[in-house]
Amino acid sequence: MGGGIKVHGLPISTATMRVLATLYEKGLDFEIVPVDMKAGAHKQEPLISLNPFGQIPALLDGDLTLFESRAITEYIAEEYSDKGEKLLCQGCKKLKATTKVWLQVEGQQFDPIASKLAFERVFKGMLGMTTDPAAVEDLEAKLVKVLDIYEARLSKSPFLAGDCFTLADLHHLPIIYYLMGTDSKKLFESRPKVKEWIKKITARPAWVKVLHLQKQ
Amino acid sequence: MMGTILQSRLLPIKLSHSSLLFSPSQHSRSNLKFTSKSSPSTITMASIKVHGVPMSTATMRVLAALYEKELEFELIPVDMRAGAHKQEPFLSLNPFGQIPALQDGDLTLFESRAITEYIADEYSEKGEKLMCPGCNKVKALTKVWLNVEGQQFDPIASKIAFERVFKGMFGMTTDPAAVQDLEGKLVRVLDIYEARLSKSEFLACDCFTLADLHHLPVIHYLMGTDSKALFESRPKVCEWVKKITARPAWAKVVDLQKQ
Repeated sequence: MGGGIKVHGLPISTATMRVLATLYEKGLDFEIVPVDMKAGAHKQEPLISLNPFGQIPALLDGDLTLFESRAITEYIAEEYSDKGEKLLCQGCKKLKATTKVWLQVEGQQFDPIASKLAFERVFKGMLGMTTDPAAVEDLEAKLVKVLDIYEARLSKSPFLAGDCFTLADLHHLPIIYYLMGTDSKKLFESRPKVKEWIKKITARPAWVKVLHLQKQ
Repeated sequence: MMGTILQSRLLPIKLSHSSLLFSPSQHSRSNLKFTSKSSPSTITMASIKVHGVPMSTATMRVLAALYEKELEFELIPVDMRAGAHKQEPFLSLNPFGQIPALQDGDLTLFESRAITEYIADEYSEKGEKLMCPGCNKVKALTKVWLNVEGQQFDPIASKIAFERVFKGMFGMTTDPAAVQDLEGKLVRVLDIYEARLSKSEFLACDCFTLADLHHLPVIHYLMGTDSKALFESRPKVCEWVKKITARPAWAKVVDLQKQ
């Protein structure tokens, strides 16, 4: 069953990395089908048929086609719940519901700010564009408000949803990884619980495997 | 502070029978008023409490799900104008200082899309099914379109609603250039919706799911503005908007705004 999984994307893409991390956590076999972004392949067939929004990644599992990285990771976590790491707190209604809350926090509070910051500091440079320092300042001011809430949360539990590592933590990995390679890292490092949490989640073997892919 | 107990099985569009007189306290100056016909013995403490206001899109999302599930709940207004959402006790419910928050027994949740998913899961056997029925692979399609709403549609559409609707309420001026830019982005999303709805009756599958429901509040506001043209000019989208906004559960949510 695991052998039929194909991921259309690139190891440098944050959304693709989110999916790859999940597949590695689950110990699943999969194939990466690279998408030539520079040639605009993501905006044409065949990828457009996989994802009408023209974004990577898309995932195929047998005859199922999915897009939106956070839908893909949730599907993987549920469909392969008995394999590898548990990425969702099963069984206990409270824990399950709390995981949903922090999944949304990543998607609605953290990512809109942090991904723009990563774009300014990291991806603009790769695309030959110039970082806008005023935008960076504005985004960082917003991000610290979110990180203060994370600091308070992580003072009460080792991971965002509770005592175990879940998708709610995992979804943060790609953007945090990029930001930790920039001056924005000080925002994370100046908050002890956040810093500790990042050390823990970035040290996971599955995440290390994702980073290896970038070096190939 | 007295909340307003709403019995969602009573119906259909107008609240009747056991409505409660809502007495504004110094913490909430909501203008929700109901005529009271109930005696104290019919007042029940619902285990589900929603902290929010009926005009808030995120609160409406949760109310719609509760009505679809025919669940009893209590709506506890939050005095936004007095900044109650940025202070205790509300911050203990949602540290991000945004409405809504939901309490169900000793469980406290925030983020409307987490709340609706919780409601759909926890009360899966009540009222409307709000996820695609079937195995994980079928359910996965609901997840895709839930994420489309949250990641592709809402970031654009909610900004248009802010420009066209909410700015006016706060005495601010709409920025026409921003509206034009945002609408340029929204039409690309709606073209994809048009293609999708040509293949499927609702976004995720042939039944109404949370993926459709999550759109209701912002679409409701935009359909009251010139932006409605974007929806009405796309036949399948137009049909879909008509269908989902005609649902009795949604009509109840809209009705709350009138009270």
